[in-house]
Amino acid sequence: MRIAVDLNRCQGYAQCVFLAPGVFELHGDEALMYTPAPPADQRERVLRAAAACPVQAIVTGEPVGSEGPYVR
Amino acid sequence: MSGNGRDGQDGKDRRDRQGVRDMRDGRIVIVGASLAGLRAAEALRDEGFSGSLTLVGEEPHPPYDRPPLSKQVLLGRVRAQDCGLPARRETDAQWMLGVRATGLDPAGKRVLLGNGDQLPYDRLLIATGTRARPWPDSGEAALDGVFTLRTSDDAGRLAERLESGPRRVLVIGAGFTGSEIASACRERGLEVTVAERGRAPLIGALGATAGAFAATLQRAHGVDLRCEVTVTALRGSGGRLTGAEFSDGSRIDADVAVVALGAVRNTEWLADSGLAAGPRGVACDAGCRAFDMYGIVTDDIFVAGDVARFPHPLFEYQMLALEHWGNAVAQAEVAAHNMVSPATLRRPHLAVPAFWSSQFGLNIKSVGVPTFSDQVVIAQGSPEERRLVAVYGYRGRVTAAVSVNMAKWLDYYRHLIETAAPFPPGPGAADGVAGSEPVPSDVPDPHVLSHGPTVALTGHLPDRRLTLLRPDS
Ligand SMILES: Cc1cc2nc3c(=O)[nH]c(=O)nc-3n(C[C@H](O)[C@H](O)[C@H](O)COP(=O)(O)OP(=O)(O)OC[C@H]3O[C@@H](n4cnc5c(N)ncnc54)[C@H](O)[C@@H]3O)c2cc1C
Ligand code: SF4
Repeated sequence: MRIAVDLNRCQGYAQCVFLAPGVFELHGDEALMYTPAPPADQRERVLRAAAACPVQAIVTGEPVGSEGPYVR
Repeated sequence: MSGNGRDGQDGKDRRDRQGVRDMRDGRIVIVGASLAGLRAAEALRDEGFSGSLTLVGEEPHPPYDRPPLSKQVLLGRVRAQDCGLPARRETDAQWMLGVRATGLDPAGKRVLLGNGDQLPYDRLLIATGTRARPWPDSGEAALDGVFTLRTSDDAGRLAERLESGPRRVLVIGAGFTGSEIASACRERGLEVTVAERGRAPLIGALGATAGAFAATLQRAHGVDLRCEVTVTALRGSGGRLTGAEFSDGSRIDADVAVVALGAVRNTEWLADSGLAAGPRGVACDAGCRAFDMYGIVTDDIFVAGDVARFPHPLFEYQMLALEHWGNAVAQAEVAAHNMVSPATLRRPHLAVPAFWSSQFGLNIKSVGVPTFSDQVVIAQGSPEERRLVAVYGYRGRVTAAVSVNMAKWLDYYRHLIETAAPFPPGPGAADGVAGSEPVPSDVPDPHVLSHGPTVALTGHLPDRRLTLLRPDS
């Protein structure tokens, strides 16, 4: 699983920090830091956090390209 | 192939019919497989595009997110290779990674590839972004210990070196990237010198008031900040960096130097294409359609992301070039929509520019275009509290706002920008005493900076000489 947060939208409400503390944290008072590739056992928590974000700033999905195919 | 010339010679007939018929079919090629390229590919499928989709990317990696590279990755919390972007949906695309586009033949509708192949298209999206401006002396740049930061590979190498505990890191250029690098180093307890040719950090993007604040902040966090100096030489011994010399005659010992001199737009591959492409980016209209060199808009070549320069109605149709994550996403989505829509259904890219940065424990966010200003006022908070909103105006109307640890207010200011509200703004939003008077925003001529502004007015204001974003190398 991969995460990207649109930090333009994020308003530091910290719901995600509360729901998935191992993945999201506030750095200082307001700056959100997150683990872009959270461990598999955090998946449910991350999905709950993404759903709870009041501004829908959290994008979750599989890593791009897991569908293949790649040509070089 | 089907008998109606699907792959064949009568492409022109087909193109003519295509306008009225089905724009959702055909061949779309996207050059640049990063944030803008990926989001455009996804949006194309969202829009119902069912034809063939090919992405060409020079980097060997699938698309990844760059903002964490100068933050989580340099702090040692996240590995550089773990910043892959999430797929919003399946794209059913062919990804040609590790392949560079070397040329474009708009008449023949082909992209020329570094591996000798040619890739035919019906519609093309240019999303080749930018790269780090290299240190001008290639011998010095090759010293072990000299880094730039743009790609995930760059970040991986730099993070590893920071992990090994260098005695002093020199950061050359105090724009956003340089400042974030310095912040990460200090947080890791490393000694840092920052050298900036301008008067203050971040001044190119945010002007002098925010620059003064940033300078105080850096020094309070133990950065050895040296402004109005240039690094004249990097010194090495046995192939390894040992230090640097400055224009004021001083020198330091350093075992790591990070060159953060801003970005160079990846347009060289378009040099012979006849498009309006050059060091300032690829010019396009508000619908993301590329201009050719005569200023005539094309109808099958689109541009999005850091490489684009486009007119924005909120800023007097100035051509803007934005090095912002949010712009890459929003512009890619507009480009994708317009690539599969007939003329009457096309949309303009009107999003108010916005970006964020986190450094020295603070959350800095911006809406609008701070460099499009003649005055600035601290409307809320204060530098002493380390939380504030600075509002920028141009000729009596609000054009930008920058918050430090007060992000919740930015939507309010975005609204003022969108409605061209009068500057200085009324007391409506203030949660405390504003107290300060507007002062000149004092955005310097970009030529005097070593960092580039990440928002560039690539046209000009009538009353000022802000014609170019940064010195050409
Ligand atoms: C360290 C760092 C930190 C950042 N932090 C922030 C932040 O905090 N907030 C914010 O708003 N923005 C930030 N940004 C900016 C943001 O990442 C960019 O705006 C965004 O990546 C732009 O996406 P893009 O797809 O337009 O271009 P890019 O991400 O530059 O991608 C362009 C891609 O095209 C490829 N390419 C180039 N030429 C060719 C060619 N000829 N053929 C094939 N492929 C080619 C390149 O290899 C590259 O992969 C940061 C950027 C960096 C580097
Ligand atoms: S819940 Fe959403 S708005 Fe709140 S901190 Fe997390 S990402 Fe930001």
